[in-house]
Amino acid sequence: MASTRVLVGTRKGAFRLISDEGRTEWTVDGPHFPGWEIYHVKGSPLNPDRIYASQTSGWFGQVIQRSDDGGASWDTVGNDFSYQGEVGEHQWYDGSLRPWNFTRVWHLEPSLHDAETVYAGVEDAALFKSTDGGHQWTELAGLRQHDTGPQWQPGAGGMCLHTVLQHPTDPERLYVAISAAGAFRTADGGRSWQPINKGLRSGEIPDQDSEVGHCVHRIDMHPSYPDVIYMQKHWDVMRTKDAGDTWHEVSGNLPSDFGFPIAVHAHEPETVYVVPISSDSHHFPPEGKLRAYRSRTGGEEWEPLTTGLPQQHCYVNVLRDAMAVDQHESCGVYFGTTGGQVYASNDSGDTWAPIVHDLPAVLSVEVQTLP
Amino acid sequence: MTDAANTSVRVILPAHLRALAKIQGEIRVDIPGEVTQRAVLDAVEAEFPMLLGTIRDRSTAKRRPFVRFYACEEDLSHEEPDALLPERVVHGEEPFLVIGAMAGG
Repeated sequence: MASTRVLVGTRKGAFRLISDEGRTEWTVDGPHFPGWEIYHVKGSPLNPDRIYASQTSGWFGQVIQRSDDGGASWDTVGNDFSYQGEVGEHQWYDGSLRPWNFTRVWHLEPSLHDAETVYAGVEDAALFKSTDGGHQWTELAGLRQHDTGPQWQPGAGGMCLHTVLQHPTDPERLYVAISAAGAFRTADGGRSWQPINKGLRSGEIPDQDSEVGHCVHRIDMHPSYPDVIYMQKHWDVMRTKDAGDTWHEVSGNLPSDFGFPIAVHAHEPETVYVVPISSDSHHFPPEGKLRAYRSRTGGEEWEPLTTGLPQQHCYVNVLRDAMAVDQHESCGVYFGTTGGQVYASNDSGDTWAPIVHDLPAVLSVEVQTLP
Repeated sequence: MTDAANTSVRVILPAHLRALAKIQGEIRVDIPGEVTQRAVLDAVEAEFPMLLGTIRDRSTAKRRPFVRFYACEEDLSHEEPDALLPERVVHGEEPFLVIGAMAGG
């Protein structure tokens, strides 16, 4: 019987939440790395026993952990994320220029195409690649050294490269998203990059049509339509049908188009999930009601999903990497909150139940569908 | 403890780094030559490479901002990396302590 393993990164450690295909009874395992911030935990799609974790601390810096037994045990791998070549400068909050400075790994993306390859998105924004299971990391420096690099600036959470999307059949094609620079794509394995932000309109920057400077919170795609990408921007939910050449707003009837995560259903390429948040100053759900929203039409028309979610006095946030879907026939949807709850739906979002209530603030949620 | 070739220095790491290195309690590292902060940390990192970058920045080799070095009831954090450590550390009578600085409310 198939099983389910949810990988949760929190402010104070990592957790594994394990269930069968029914996804009603759960075993909670953790904390792993107690006391450390775990920004992201993700397993290889080619070898599910191979899991990477980004372990970080304001005191002791960045550590990368790797498991080869599904997260039961861990060993450190490489943590040298040295920028390649001239480091250069980027915009700071006050408009001054500051040198790029590595702070932490926000996101680890194991390759779809090679079991030993994994990407790391870091702050200050850059993309690294390892082809030996995380021991050695090499920057794909063409991104940071893009002509627009000196114009990039941090969002409130730092200037982080937080999302890496891989083309399902072409290993040379990648998309990344950076707060607050925007989205970029490469067709040559990361040697050269193109900003793909046309159509994004951001009131936070003076030139609405700027090539960069847009605070993209998260992007996602369905592997069967790799040119269709969905985006939760700081404000606005967006969609492109041409691999990012042009974006169109699909916020439609959402109660707020501010939010962080966005996820696409495993089997329905036009079914998309977001979690609206009141605003960038509130960072909690509208009306104190925690509602995921689902569109079955690729955006524009959204329905609230509330069954099993708290509908009063709820003032948590759901961060950008804290939502995921599984691959079971009845698609599961998961998200974690800054209040330490991880909610699961085993029926595409129709109904929800908490797996756990009281974890540390959840930074990331990933899920593995195991045979 | 000192022999003709090496000096054995006692080192106490903070709990998070002991967990990372999968060790318990105090460790000892052998130092060839002069016993300095740099020599001790080089020896610690050589024996426990998973600690690379956790005490000192990987690129600059400078102490991370929220890490402190104490010995003999003194804060040695701002000493030059190549300054000699106190004799009591050299003779194994006192440990060299790596501390996670107090931070927060």
